[in-house]
Amino acid sequence: MNEENILIVRCGEVALKGMNKPYFERMLQDRIRRNLKEFKGTDVRRQEGLIFIRADKSLDINAIIKETSKVFGVASISKAVEAEPELNAIGAEAVKYMNGLIEERGVKTFKVEAKRADKNFPVKSPEIGRIIGAKVLIGCKILKVDVHNPDVLLHVDVRHDRAYIYEGKVAGFGGLPLGTNGKGMVLLSGGIDSPVAAWMMAKRGMLIEAVHFHSYPYTSPRAQQKVEELAGILASYCGRFKMHVINLLPIQEQIVANCPEEETTILVRRFMMRIAEKIAEKNDCMMLITGENLGQVASQTAEALVVTDASVSKPVMRPLIAMDKVDIMEKAKEIGTYEKSIEPYEDCCTVFLPKHPTTKPRLERILESESRLDCQALIDAAVESEEIIDIRG
Amino acid sequence: MFVYLDNSATTRPYAETVEAMNKVLTDDFGNPSSLHTLGIAAENHVKAARKSCAEAMGASENEFFFTSCGTESDNTAILGAAEAGRHYGKKIITTAVEHPAVLETVKKLENQGFKVEYIGVDSKCRLDMRQFKKAVTEDTILISVMALNNETGTVMPISEIAEFKDSFNRSHGTRILMHTDAVQAFGKIPMNVKGNLKGVDMISVSGHKIHGPKGIGGLYVKKGLHIPAYIIGGGQESNMRSGTENTVGIAGMGCAAKISHENFDNRTRKMRDARAALLQGIKAEVPEIMVNSPEDDTAGPSVLNVSFLGTRGEVLLHTLEQDGIFVSTGSACSSNKKGQSHVLGAMGLKPKEIEGAIRFSFSEFNTAEEMEYVTEKVKQAVTRFRRLGSFR
Repeated sequence: MNEENILIVRCGEVALKGMNKPYFERMLQDRIRRNLKEFKGTDVRRQEGLIFIRADKSLDINAIIKETSKVFGVASISKAVEAEPELNAIGAEAVKYMNGLIEERGVKTFKVEAKRADKNFPVKSPEIGRIIGAKVLIGCKILKVDVHNPDVLLHVDVRHDRAYIYEGKVAGFGGLPLGTNGKGMVLLSGGIDSPVAAWMMAKRGMLIEAVHFHSYPYTSPRAQQKVEELAGILASYCGRFKMHVINLLPIQEQIVANCPEEETTILVRRFMMRIAEKIAEKNDCMMLITGENLGQVASQTAEALVVTDASVSKPVMRPLIAMDKVDIMEKAKEIGTYEKSIEPYEDCCTVFLPKHPTTKPRLERILESESRLDCQALIDAAVESEEIIDIRG
Repeated sequence: MFVYLDNSATTRPYAETVEAMNKVLTDDFGNPSSLHTLGIAAENHVKAARKSCAEAMGASENEFFFTSCGTESDNTAILGAAEAGRHYGKKIITTAVEHPAVLETVKKLENQGFKVEYIGVDSKCRLDMRQFKKAVTEDTILISVMALNNETGTVMPISEIAEFKDSFNRSHGTRILMHTDAVQAFGKIPMNVKGNLKGVDMISVSGHKIHGPKGIGGLYVKKGLHIPAYIIGGGQESNMRSGTENTVGIAGMGCAAKISHENFDNRTRKMRDARAALLQGIKAEVPEIMVNSPEDDTAGPSVLNVSFLGTRGEVLLHTLEQDGIFVSTGSACSSNKKGQSHVLGAMGLKPKEIEGAIRFSFSEFNTAEEMEYVTEKVKQAVTRFRRLGSFR
């Protein structure tokens, strides 16, 4: 017993699924295994609605916890010790465990909270708590019980083949396991919003693929490098994915030459959406994902969003639409994309920026402007010119 | 076509340089301080390289010390001179167009209580000698003026400044020292510490601007002058610069200095020809430009700086790189080094003029044929940008 480190992983929302619960649990188990691929000597198993990870003691358990917490669908993780499901054995392990905590951080008070998943266990939960509590009091002389505000809330979880003892938990992100909700094509810029949007959809189980637009030589190759690094951070959550890179300059040149200046931004947005839709179609993505946020800039007013939306028929997911900028920034910091996003390189949205972009575009006028361009040919050529980059976390 | 026109940033090492370095890396890898034969072999490389570098500026071997780069040489000279002279006065004179290796160093001294006067320049980066002469006072301890400006190629009047300093010292009994950052001048304009650089007390040079490797620099310190070392320790380089010698870099720099010195006239003529050809081509083919480099005898052979009005330098740079042409700019669109060239700013250029500035810098390997190609491609890039009505 206890020759390995043991982690108990709780599945959160997955547990609420009815008939499909085994499927979701299997997907989650599979995702955890993938994230822990590098840690040779770990074992990931499902049992009675929980996932147990056993890791060789030579492995960095904190790194394993961190990697596991990045798996969508994981609600929380606890580091546990195990015992034979028998009160004396549990008591002995509990004493050993508490002595460890006394040494580690000088705890003085505790409370036991017990439950039995194995309803055939002869002693009921409150009684288990009292018995183990008494054994700990005897075994660890300096400890006192404090039922209101204990230093340590000691959990005892009795299952049919084992009992587990632990305290505290590391929160996961929740959500659903990747791959349980189709695949989406995110329009990824170098900014703060779009990586967060992609992350939020991935958290709901959607696989991600990305399209990035640049205007080289009007934008720097370093700007693209930055986006690749940003995508790499995303990939550490959503796994390896393809990023399609498109040079938008030929289209921007046509727009600048033929259309009213104030419409430049909205026209470019519509082209981006149509190119993204076409690439999505070719790569089995059922939706588009953008980082658009109501009212943030001229191209994200309600009117502009209506005009942008009209350019494509696939559903467009805008998970940030009603968030405040500060909250988006908070989220970006939490997932680790913020620092990269704020590096100052010009992206193609800021080149060709009109002085006074239209904030209330009207679809008829925009369509009239587009009629001066050979849109289909421009879109086809752009899709044709794509460069594909393999993004790994 | 591949045309490298960013030689003021760095140069491609000579094949001989690489070979010399390879020999030290593979065979003569010893520590020059070791007593055995491997150590002696390594020491001989250092001695030979020191001789080549010293000879390239007419100095003797015991006046030349190896450092890790031009920046370290500048730091050593300026901080050392300030420490050595702090009892004689508090004033340092430099120019507004120095490399950051000098500007940041004097700024640090300014924070420590030294007074620094920055001499201005005209629209072609020529030094205001009237301001300079007025700036020299009895309180002055150091003058640091670069020999050739890295952004415009303007040759600074080093001999005139040195002469003025010497006569001021004689008539006022002062002990003003003079340093020149010659990183861009080494191998580009004649340099002789007994001739045109007479009176200069310290000179900084660097390996990778003369087809040597990166990570190696040199500092000339006139015989009899003692300044404290910047890096202290094992006492290498006659106590001027401790740390195990970078024998690989030293051998490479020695080799490069020798080649560039021996072929000096031929090499600099080729640079001058390439520069003249490009200047003529651009003037003939591209309208609305501003030549920021001098076109008289203060023009060095290695740099040509031109503003293409109504464009953005960085966009031109990326356009030209698609054609295999490598240049640099006076400002980046919004890269992490924010802001624009302090040199072009000091010359009085407006932000829009700085935004469109491109620096072409030459080596002996550039040809007339290349310049014809570059002229054509520059013309196309500028025309394309202007047709788009810039970025509005």
